[in-house]
Amino acid sequence: MASKLLLSQLRNITRPTHHRLINPNFIFPLKNQTLIHSRPYSDAPQPPPVGSKPPPTNADSAPTHKKISSSLNQAELAKFSAIAETWWDAEGPFKPLHVMNPTRLAFIRSTLCRHFGKDPYSAKPFEGLKFVDVGCGGGILSEPLARMGATVTGIDAVEKNINIAQLHADLDPGTSSIEYLCTTAEKLVEEQRKFDAVLALEVIEHVAEPAEFCKSLSALTVSGGANVISTINRSMRAYATAIVVAEYLLHWLPKGTHEWSSFLTPEELVLILQRASISVQEMAGFVYNPLTGKWSLSDDISVNFIAYGTKNTE
Amino acid sequence: MNRAIVRRITPSIRTWRSTLKTFCSDTSEKLHGSHGDKAVTVKSSSLDSTDNVPQYDVAIVGGGMVGMALACSLASMPLTKHLNVAIIDSNPALLARDSIKKEDAPDPRVSTVTPATISFFKGMGAWQYVQLHRHAFFDRMQVWDYTGLAYTRYSARDVGKAVLGCVVENKVLQRSLLSCMEDSDVKKKIYPSRLNSMTLHKSSLISGTDSISSKPSGSLAKLNLSNGDCLYAKLVVGADGSKSHVRNLAGISTTGWKYPQNAIICTVEHTEDSRCAWQRFLRTGPIALLPMGDNYSNIVWTMDPQQAADRRSMNETDFLKAVNDALDDGHGPHPQSERMGGGGILAWLRSDETSSASEPFEVPPRITKLASDRMVFPLSLMHANNYVSKRVVLIGDAAHTVHPLAGQGVNLGFGDANSLSKVIAEGVAVGSDIGEMTLLKRYESERKAANIAMMAILDGFQKAYSIDFGPLNVLRAAAFHGVNYISPLKKNIISYASGEQRLPIFT
Repeated sequence: MASKLLLSQLRNITRPTHHRLINPNFIFPLKNQTLIHSRPYSDAPQPPPVGSKPPPTNADSAPTHKKISSSLNQAELAKFSAIAETWWDAEGPFKPLHVMNPTRLAFIRSTLCRHFGKDPYSAKPFEGLKFVDVGCGGGILSEPLARMGATVTGIDAVEKNINIAQLHADLDPGTSSIEYLCTTAEKLVEEQRKFDAVLALEVIEHVAEPAEFCKSLSALTVSGGANVISTINRSMRAYATAIVVAEYLLHWLPKGTHEWSSFLTPEELVLILQRASISVQEMAGFVYNPLTGKWSLSDDISVNFIAYGTKNTE
Repeated sequence: MNRAIVRRITPSIRTWRSTLKTFCSDTSEKLHGSHGDKAVTVKSSSLDSTDNVPQYDVAIVGGGMVGMALACSLASMPLTKHLNVAIIDSNPALLARDSIKKEDAPDPRVSTVTPATISFFKGMGAWQYVQLHRHAFFDRMQVWDYTGLAYTRYSARDVGKAVLGCVVENKVLQRSLLSCMEDSDVKKKIYPSRLNSMTLHKSSLISGTDSISSKPSGSLAKLNLSNGDCLYAKLVVGADGSKSHVRNLAGISTTGWKYPQNAIICTVEHTEDSRCAWQRFLRTGPIALLPMGDNYSNIVWTMDPQQAADRRSMNETDFLKAVNDALDDGHGPHPQSERMGGGGILAWLRSDETSSASEPFEVPPRITKLASDRMVFPLSLMHANNYVSKRVVLIGDAAHTVHPLAGQGVNLGFGDANSLSKVIAEGVAVGSDIGEMTLLKRYESERKAANIAMMAILDGFQKAYSIDFGPLNVLRAAAFHGVNYISPLKKNIISYASGEQRLPIFT
């Protein structure tokens, strides 16, 4: 949908022979490991390069539960833990997510119906497919997916969220079959679970290691499966809208929900997904019309955007 | 229309009430304990009777024309035809299988359906059933008043259409919708009783405590019926008329006032058929003559309550004479036919003149016989302040009632049903809970603006014509002239009244 030209430009960049700096927002493709850590506009402390961490695949046969996976960020978990009860309060701190939900579900429905070859006019198009909602929170995305027929597993690292999600899902017989687990994507990979579609909406800006996170998402996807990731662009406009206006002026979100330095640009997201053997097929943006109070899909990916990609067949 | 039947059933319902109240509450108490632990996941299809109480997706309270139109519309769309629908109405005609015969005397309760409603019906596949019974299209309309100063003629050709509307008996519409639903394979059940009470389980998600009821039906609406049945529903639709019980139970307040007028309706026979609808504004209120086909016509005559009672009880010959006077030249002279256009001032608009502007004044056909009983209904304006509440939505007369002077009342209701079924389809498409307020509010914002605009205009007309004052009469005559000869205005009025245009201006 959006930015086909942009996507082809990105694909050009990933070829190692192109070393021109196209514009400051594009990441200069240096070495693999330092790619994500060059953040020219950020004054946040640089996280240590990936190479210095112990390699995730080691000879341990039984990883203990206490080992914290690389993509968790404790400060972020604490933020969400504090407001866990308000997930399903449509007027509370999660109101923007509730209002945006139908729009992103429309994108998910149309791209995944096309991907799996399902009838878009059917009421339950995802019947028989296994989905995982990574970072499901209170289950705002998992429940509609279950109503659309999918077998949904929702995972979140915050235990409170899983409890709330389970309680709410039990209220409707159509959603009480959702499997909620308090775990991480990495742990699921260790359990060797595979899903037809892996969705991680509004999560990747809260993880410590986006590249590793994407690798885990890819490992959870069956070959030829689908991935949907949504996040906020690291642009000036996103700083003005998603942080200044949404957090400080309109008080839609609690202050400090988002860190501008941990946003990803669409180019970066495409690149790290490419490294994780996921090719992004479509990207769309969400725009908010303040007069009607409605969100809609558009080609404008400068603030919120959502990407649909397919796992490369091995 | 179901009032007579309802009045007969109510005394017997009161004796049931004492027995019903323990039925449902016992079952729910008993099962609360077994569902206490949160780890229970119940895989159940929508019509599974967990708790032995059936669960439905949509419960439509009121099986009249608008309620059935909603059910039929849901049945005709691929996204919603899997929904379980329960229709709650104590009218025995819904379950009776006897068909309407051609020889039946025409029922005085008729509705004029606009072209927008006709296309709604055609879209659902219900219009083919209407065509099997008596129905009459009309493509011309003449409006004038008792002063004899002016008249307006409308024609469907002015906007390039074939018809202005169709007059159909209410029971034909209802039966056609029911047949259309029965022919589709939608899962529905008709409950032949009345709604007694409704509870919405409130659930507060306070983590860590066990005060939450985690039954699978914890947040659904529970309806208790007068015959003791219970059912759960995700969405309760109030389509039960102007004295809506659902609206009262949901605590939705209304705004409105009674008109100091009652309407007499009856069916009459006349000498020749015409494809024209006639309306004359008299001092006490308008009289309308609507063609029904087979030389029958329906009369809707609005007047003050005392006169209505008199005219209802007077004998047939006197009544027919009064009707003929009202339509012909009693109460005031005929308007002059303006053959040369509206005079010098409006001559510059003549190039774009609609064909009906040059038609002469026609006298309505002479009424020869009374073909049905005379019924009297009080008239009022009513508008619900909210159309939606948690898991409850109002459509049709339950949400708004208007004066019958433009034949718009049930068409507004059909517009509601159309809009609500589309909103429900959009909700199902993105997997949302169809009883959720944000989804229902979309229906409300769409219909409230349109309904309020129409109601304001109709109320304006009613007030304008209830005053007999010289200068105001002349002003009204000027308005008649203006509408007749200013073609853009006439075309706008016709398309607005036909339902093709949602708001009177800006569209």
